[in-house]
Amino acid sequence: MCTVCGCGEGEGARLEGDGHEHHHHDHGHQHGHDHGHHHHDHGDLHFGHGPARAHAPGLSQERMVAIEQDILSENDRYAVANRAAFAARGQFVLNLVSSPGSGKTTLLTRTLEVLNGEMPLAVVEGDQQTSNDADRIRATGAPAVQINTGKGCHLDAHMVGHAVERFADLTGGLVLIENVGNLVCPAAFDLGEHHKVAILSVTEGEDKPLKYPDMFHAADLLLLNKVDLLPHLDFDVERCIDYARRVRPDIEVLQVSARDGSGMQAWLDWLRAGLARVAATPASEAPAA
Amino acid sequence: MSLAEGILRILEENSRTQGYARVKGVWLEIGRLSHVEPESLRFCFGAVTRDSLADGAKLEMIMVDGSGWCHDCGETVAIDSHYDACPRCGGYRVEATGGTEMRVKELEVE
Repeated sequence: MCTVCGCGEGEGARLEGDGHEHHHHDHGHQHGHDHGHHHHDHGDLHFGHGPARAHAPGLSQERMVAIEQDILSENDRYAVANRAAFAARGQFVLNLVSSPGSGKTTLLTRTLEVLNGEMPLAVVEGDQQTSNDADRIRATGAPAVQINTGKGCHLDAHMVGHAVERFADLTGGLVLIENVGNLVCPAAFDLGEHHKVAILSVTEGEDKPLKYPDMFHAADLLLLNKVDLLPHLDFDVERCIDYARRVRPDIEVLQVSARDGSGMQAWLDWLRAGLARVAATPASEAPAA
Repeated sequence: MSLAEGILRILEENSRTQGYARVKGVWLEIGRLSHVEPESLRFCFGAVTRDSLADGAKLEMIMVDGSGWCHDCGETVAIDSHYDACPRCGGYRVEATGGTEMRVKELEVE
């Protein structure tokens, strides 16, 4: 029985094309249920059932228990398992994070169009609802799995672990995970990826790295997207990069436009170099982080 | 909300191994540079623990100050956020090294 079930996160994560067979709960949870309830009234938070609730006689003595356990330890255990699976398959895995509307999916489709045929490719799409993005990805010829998080605002390592099982026979290559458009929560959840890549478009505020420091602190690469629009905007690129480096002094920055293709070569080379590093690392020596 | 659910999950698991039925108090260690907004976590904790073994449990948060390594000074300095300048040299090449924890430290159970 899986203990970090997607349906405990928010109100029911759903893996596209999946009857949720990997979940063996005994509470008869239906994914077609009414989502209008409040979280805690809902009944699919199946905590408090089973042995923990049984009031065993003779155990009513008050006492202190030292635990010292990280709150995200469950997610982190799944992330470690994902990381081991990626290493065993020789895959280079990125977790793409941004606000909604930063141009992530367009950047992805352009990237896939170029790299298709050069290396194995696979995409995991995270959105609250719809498989629109996975459909756009599949139109490029790359396999894609959509995860719908329902009310959830981020992907976690457990959902991603099940999604990438679909790509288990893919050896080497690039796995791109497009997280839910949200600059807050995804920062905290390690999916087992090699790098988080933050995408910020120049139509947003240049102070976003200061407004959402957790995310820019967690990212290793900042892609400044839609730079073809700079002549029409007051966006100060240097100031934005300065802000990002206040939050994360060693963050790498690439300026790209998925629309007119500028800067795309540097981004593609960054991807190729990452994959080459993974390919050069024997699975047994793969770093743990 | 996910963090509150994570805490409850830890309590449920621990109750099985340690053999208790009720949690009356929970002590957390929360770094000031972590992803936790204390008041919001308190609200979510109350919501997710309703009708659970920790229904009505008091939640205590021990806040841990942030610290960082200033690459220019070569020293550990106190910071309150990821974007704070080094209090010694005013530079921004400060890497967070402490105060990022989110841990369940201790429980009062019966």
